[in-house]
Amino acid sequence: MSGSSTYQPQNGFMKWLERRLPIGGLIHSSFVAYPTPRNLNYWWTFGGILSFMLGVQMITGIILAMHYTPHVDMAFNSVEGIMRDVNYGWLLRYVHANGASMFFLAVYIHIFRGMYYGSYKEPREVLWILGVILYLLMMATGFMGYVLVWGQMSFWAATVITNLFSAIPGVGDAIVTWLWGGYAVGNPTLNRFYSLHYLLPFVIAGVVVLHVWALHVSGQNNPAGIEPKSSKDTVPFTPYATVKDSFMIGCFCILFAWFVFYIPNYLVHPDNYIPANPAVTPSEIVPEWYYLPFYAILRSIPNKLLGVCALFGSIAILAFLPWLDTSRVRSARYRPLYRQFFWLFVVAAVGLGWLGSKPPEGVYVILSRIFTVYYFAYFLIVLPLLGIFEKTKPLPNSISESVLGPRGA
Amino acid sequence: MKRTILALVLAGSAVALAVPASAQVSEQVPPPRQSWSFAGLFGKYDEGQLQRGFKIYKEVCSNCHSMNLLSFRNLADPGGPGYTEAQAAAVAAEYKIKDLDDSGQPIERPGRLADHFPAPFPNEAAAKAANGGTAPPDMSTLAKARGYQRGFPWFVFDIFTQYQEQGPDYIHAILNGYKDAPKGFPLPPTGHYNEYFPGHAIAMPPPLQDGQVQFDDGSPATLAQYSKDVAAFLMWASEPHLTQRKRIGFQVMIFLIVLSGLLFFTKKKVWHDVEKPDELASGQDPAKTSI
Repeated sequence: MSGSSTYQPQNGFMKWLERRLPIGGLIHSSFVAYPTPRNLNYWWTFGGILSFMLGVQMITGIILAMHYTPHVDMAFNSVEGIMRDVNYGWLLRYVHANGASMFFLAVYIHIFRGMYYGSYKEPREVLWILGVILYLLMMATGFMGYVLVWGQMSFWAATVITNLFSAIPGVGDAIVTWLWGGYAVGNPTLNRFYSLHYLLPFVIAGVVVLHVWALHVSGQNNPAGIEPKSSKDTVPFTPYATVKDSFMIGCFCILFAWFVFYIPNYLVHPDNYIPANPAVTPSEIVPEWYYLPFYAILRSIPNKLLGVCALFGSIAILAFLPWLDTSRVRSARYRPLYRQFFWLFVVAAVGLGWLGSKPPEGVYVILSRIFTVYYFAYFLIVLPLLGIFEKTKPLPNSISESVLGPRGA
Repeated sequence: MKRTILALVLAGSAVALAVPASAQVSEQVPPPRQSWSFAGLFGKYDEGQLQRGFKIYKEVCSNCHSMNLLSFRNLADPGGPGYTEAQAAAVAAEYKIKDLDDSGQPIERPGRLADHFPAPFPNEAAAKAANGGTAPPDMSTLAKARGYQRGFPWFVFDIFTQYQEQGPDYIHAILNGYKDAPKGFPLPPTGHYNEYFPGHAIAMPPPLQDGQVQFDDGSPATLAQYSKDVAAFLMWASEPHLTQRKRIGFQVMIFLIVLSGLLFFTKKKVWHDVEKPDELASGQDPAKTSI
């Protein structure tokens, strides 16, 4: 998609094809010759891990769809049928269910890495915004997939989340009825969630292409946060990045397999093994772990409309990050103050996640409010002001110098 | 490598910290941990225990609880109670299954391997009416549908110790948890006091007593024995492929660890001349230095 195409077709067929459809040259310049900064650390392998996870989810998902029945009377039992009677169905389902969690774990690391090293800054704003869109699409897809199981938590999570839209003044109730396709979460809701859960991963794949395209135009950021200046600063994508990514995908799969084979239900609420029952409300309704920080933000605000605004605002604000951060230095390595605020932000985000799983009472509410205030203050106050007042450390002259010291410059 | 390990540890704890551990809101006494043959890295079901558990289910539980998702053929499935197909067919034949004959008239015929376990009540309303207003839950997924809140920091450790037996521990505790209600406890007329039930007022009367079921294998006819065996049986009913899962899991782990190890050394080799800055700086040929 960019970079010098030095591709020389090797055999007759590829020469013939290259004159008609230069796909060999495209792949070569994007995934072979593409120059990557030589100083990328292992936190830069999560893009590759995410692509791998998208593939895993799509393959297992398509096969699961062959055995699943999107009907309120049959959905739960068809999932159990997959677990019991489909050959290796338990494996497919546990890979898919835990795969969603692994996907989110990887995306959170990927996002925090981008924030730590200032990867969203000029000229990578569009790359970052495409990433925020991908994250939103992932949240929608994950939520609808969770509903398909049609257990108690599926049903009640669907009810609670769709009800958020009823907070919109005037038209809220009409919108919720429209979303449900009825006057309660029911068969039409399940059917459309199934349809969209199948569709959205392909939309994600399309946006991933744009994300990678934008990445290959601007080039990767790196731990030093300065642009490569010469070929001494970069190494070709293949074999350097491919082998490094492969190694980390292998390590990530070990963690993944640990969950799939040994603790497959660790992240599942037991109530979701009870078939959905609109007449019985569970004693508590908690979303999947990856939504918990936002759930905590929602519940920390006593007014429903304001809570919903804060919930959506907390995600939307990410899209404005390139302009909220006024510092011209990218990497936190050279921003001593920013680094401290960043780690506080991580503590607040993880803390909100923990609080989202707790009942909204007593000290939990107070803590949620403190973290919520910090979450927004980080974007709206800390980042704009830090760029003005922070005294940053001197940047190295080049990437080679940052790796090798002054001798390498 | 250190960084990779750190990354994985951080990754694991990030999942852990944000986890809604299985929870019941009302104050719940944590069930005592039991040792189970199916726990841990090499866990597998104990055939004798599952057979005893099935006997208890058949003679006691199934009078009120359905187990709709299981068929008689499952009794002969590998990794299960270990009955032969003939034994499973014999069990099936003891049951009367409602069906239609060739002319469409309702009949009752002996069960076959392919039949599901018949439910004790024709519908939920009948189940409620016969049980003081609360329908006994279906037992097909019961061991996974029950649990208790582990709380911080235990749920973090559970990732590493792979504690996944909250369900059977809870069921075992309930069966042993019937007591006289403490003075002043507002027990509803259809309730029974149980130490481990959330809220303590459980609708189910104490289902098992010493001597109620006799075993052929000489195991003691005690509540302590029954409660463990039936909880193990219900775990199998919920997760019939657990033995296979853990066996394949171990093979997958070995494969992945070897693969990642090989990829690590491949990476080292490929990056060798990029990662040898000192040799580069001092003008040596990095390709001639060892990795």
